[in-house]
Amino acid sequence: MKRIVIDPFTRLEGHGRIDIFLDDDGNVANAYLRVPEFRGFEKFCEGRPVEELPRITPRICGVCPSAHHMASAKAVDAVFHVDPPSAAKKVRELYYSAHMCHSHIAHFYALAAPDFVLGPTADPAERNLLGLIAKVGLETGTEVIKHRAYAQDIQAVIGGKATHSVCGLPGGVSKAVTEDERRDFEEKSKSMVEFGKLSLKIFDDVVLKNKEYVDLVVSDMYTMKSYYMGLVDASNKVNFYEGDVRVVDSDGKEFAKFKPANYLDYVAEHVEPWTYLKFPFLKSIGWKGLVEGKDSGVYRVAPLARLNAADGMATPLAQAEYERMYQTLGGRPVHHTLAMHWARLIETQYAAERMVELCQDPEITDPNVRTIPTATPDEGVGIIEAPRGTLIHHYQTDEHGMTKKVNLIVATGNNNAAMCMSIKKVAQALIQKGKEATEGMLNMIEMAYRAYDPCIACATHSLPGQLPLEVVIYDAKGKEVKRLSQYLS
Amino acid sequence: MAKLKLAIYWSASCGGCDVAILDIKEKILQVAEIADIVFWPIALDFKRHHVEAMEDKSIDVCLFNGAVRTSEQEEMAELLRAKTKTMVAFGSCAHLGGIPGLSNFSNRAQAFERAYVEAQSCDNPDKVFPQTITNVAEGELELPEWWDTVKALNQVVDVEYYIPGCPPTVPIISQVVDALAAGQLPPVGTVFGSDKALCEECPRTKGEKKIDKIYRPHEIIPDPEKCLLEQGIICMGPATRGGCDAQCIKANMPCRGCFGPTPGVTDQGAKMVSAVASILGLENEKDLPAERVEELMDQIKDPAGTFYRFALPTAMINRKRM
Repeated sequence: MKRIVIDPFTRLEGHGRIDIFLDDDGNVANAYLRVPEFRGFEKFCEGRPVEELPRITPRICGVCPSAHHMASAKAVDAVFHVDPPSAAKKVRELYYSAHMCHSHIAHFYALAAPDFVLGPTADPAERNLLGLIAKVGLETGTEVIKHRAYAQDIQAVIGGKATHSVCGLPGGVSKAVTEDERRDFEEKSKSMVEFGKLSLKIFDDVVLKNKEYVDLVVSDMYTMKSYYMGLVDASNKVNFYEGDVRVVDSDGKEFAKFKPANYLDYVAEHVEPWTYLKFPFLKSIGWKGLVEGKDSGVYRVAPLARLNAADGMATPLAQAEYERMYQTLGGRPVHHTLAMHWARLIETQYAAERMVELCQDPEITDPNVRTIPTATPDEGVGIIEAPRGTLIHHYQTDEHGMTKKVNLIVATGNNNAAMCMSIKKVAQALIQKGKEATEGMLNMIEMAYRAYDPCIACATHSLPGQLPLEVVIYDAKGKEVKRLSQYLS
Repeated sequence: MAKLKLAIYWSASCGGCDVAILDIKEKILQVAEIADIVFWPIALDFKRHHVEAMEDKSIDVCLFNGAVRTSEQEEMAELLRAKTKTMVAFGSCAHLGGIPGLSNFSNRAQAFERAYVEAQSCDNPDKVFPQTITNVAEGELELPEWWDTVKALNQVVDVEYYIPGCPPTVPIISQVVDALAAGQLPPVGTVFGSDKALCEECPRTKGEKKIDKIYRPHEIIPDPEKCLLEQGIICMGPATRGGCDAQCIKANMPCRGCFGPTPGVTDQGAKMVSAVASILGLENEKDLPAERVEELMDQIKDPAGTFYRFALPTAMINRKRM
C-alpha cells in the first residue's frame, strides 16, 4: 500500500498533517487529517478564579485570541448571572466585528485568493500574496495591508492589545469608548465597508466571471452534503456575537435551534486515537463515522455554514450579496465547499457595515460599561461565532467563582470530520491509478481543507505566502519514491 | 557587514509571537535588509533536515518562541542550539514557561482524562485516548508524546537573551532589531525591556499602599487614575519587569506578570507575596492575631495561579508533586 503524507507546515511535526493511503491499485483507500497538538487548557484552567479565564483562554490561539476572549467573557457573564449594560455589549460587538474583518481579510488575500487569481495549478513561487499583488496591483495590496491594520488598531484600542486583549470581564468591558476613539473607529469602519465592496468585486471579476473556476466550485469533488450550524439573531439573521444556535439539514430545513446553555443536548464529541482533535457530532443522530448526508451526525461550521444556517444578513450590502450567492449557486443551502470563500467575503462586508452601525450608535460612548455581579456564581456557557465557526466555552465553578470544570469545543473542531471527508473526496477524484500526482493536483487537495480556514493553520494567516505543502509518496514497502513540494527551492 | 543568518522557531506556543513579529509592519523590511531568514517553519520551506545539514554555529540568531513540552520540541531546541551562536527566548512561554506552564499544576494523565473522557460533551465510554502509535487498517499513524511537565527554553538549552511578553511588544522587538542591525548586543543574559518594575512606568497615581480588603477585577469599578493595588485589586506591577508600556493597566485591567520577574529576582511569585504582605500590613505579622492574618490572606484567590500566571515552570517550586 502506498502512503502520501501532506504536511501543511514545513516541518513534519507541524500543527496539522494529512496522510493519504493508496490501495494496491494506486487509488485512494483512505485519508487522515491529524492534529498532533494538544494544549491541555481544560485541565489547567481548573482552580483559577473564573473571571481570569477571559485572559487565560485566548492563549489557545494567538491568531484568533479575540474569539476566545469573547466566548470566555460571555461564559463568565453566564456563570455570574450578570447582564452587561447595553453599551458594553455594543463595545464588545464592535471589537469583535473588527476581529472578524482582520481574520477574514488575512485568510482571503494571503491564503485563498492566490489559488484563484493566479490559478490552482500556477507556479507555487508565484501562488502567494506577493504574486497576488503583482497580478491585482500594488494599490490593492496596499489596501489589504491597511485594512487589516485598521482592524488590529480597533481591537488594540478597545482591548488594551490586539493579541491577547484584556477588556472582557464578567458584567461588561473594562473601559468605555471615548468620543475621539469613536470618530476614529467610524472613519476606519467606513473605509472597511468600501474595502468589503472592493473584495467582492475582485471575487466577482476573478472567480465568478471565469467559467473554469465556477465549474470547479460546483464540481462534485468539492461538494458535500451535511448539516450546518451557526448563531442567528431573533430574525434568523447571521450574528457573530450573540443569539441562538441554529442547525439546518442538507435540504436547508431547520433541524434544531437552541440556547447556548443547552448545547449539551445537541452536540457530543467522539474521540479517535490517531489525532488530538475530537470529532463533534449531532447527538440525536449519533456518530456514524466519517460519512456525509442526513443519516450522519456530521455538521459543518464557518462562513458558508453560518449563511446556510441563517435566513439572511442583517445589513443591506451583505444581504444583497447573500441573495446573489444563493441565486448563482442554486439556492440555499449551498454544499460547495469552495463557496466558503464567497461567504467569507459576504461576512466581511457584514462585519464592516455592522461596525459603522455600532460606531454611529449614540450609546457606543456611554460610560456605563460595567454591571457588578451580585448573584452566586455556578455555571455558564458562552457561544460566539469565531471566524472559523461556532466556538463554545462552558465553565462550572464553586460558590466563590473558583473554576471546577471547563469544556471547550473550538471552531475548527466542529469541522474536523467534514475536513477529513472533503480531503478524501478530492484525493479520490484526483489521485488515481496510472495518473502521476502533480504539484497542482496536490494543491487542489489542499484547497479542500484551506476553504475551512482551519485554525491548525491559522498562524500562517498574516504571512506573505501560503501554507507550504509537502507530499511524500511511499511504495508498498514504505520506501519513498517521490517527493513534491510547493516551494521548489 | 555580511547579512545575519536568522532562524525563527515555534514550539508549544499559540502563534501570537509569530503574529507579533509581523505586527512590526515596515520594520520587517529592515529585518530583510540585515538578515537572511534561514528557517521559519510557518513561513518558509526550510525543513529540519536543512537545519541538520548546516554547520554548527552557522546561524547567527535564533528567535525561539513557545515552551518545551514534548521530546520532539526538546530535540528541536537542542538542534537549533547547536547550530546557533545567539539563542533568544522570544515571548513569555520560552522565557518563563508562560500560560501553558500552568499545566504543571497537574499531569498528562489528568489532562487527558479531563479532555477526552470527563469533558461534558465527550461520548467516549471505551475511554479511547490519542496514542503515540495507532494501527489503522491502512497502516501506522504516529502522534508526538506529551510530557507531564512544561519547561522554559533555558531549562533545556543555554539561552543568551530573553524577549519578554505575551506577546512581545512592537517597541521591544524593534529595539532588538536595531541592536542586531548595529551589531551592539547587550551583555549575555539580558532580558530586554525595562530594568525597573512595571510600577515605575505605570501612569496611575500612587500613594500609600495600605489596604485591608482585596477585590477581584469584576467586583468593583476602579478609579482609572489611581493605582489598582491601592484600590484592592491584585496587580502584579510591583513584581513584574516593566517595558510593556502598561498596556493592560491602561485598559483598566491589572497586570498579570507576562514580562516576568524584576531584574535580580528569580521567583516572581515570592516577590509578589512579600509585596502583598506589605500592603496588607502583614510585615508586622507577629502583632496581628492569627485569625486576622488568615482572614487577610484568604481574600487572595488562587495565589499560586495568579502570582505565577506566566512563570510557574521557572519558579523555585515549579510543579505540583504528583
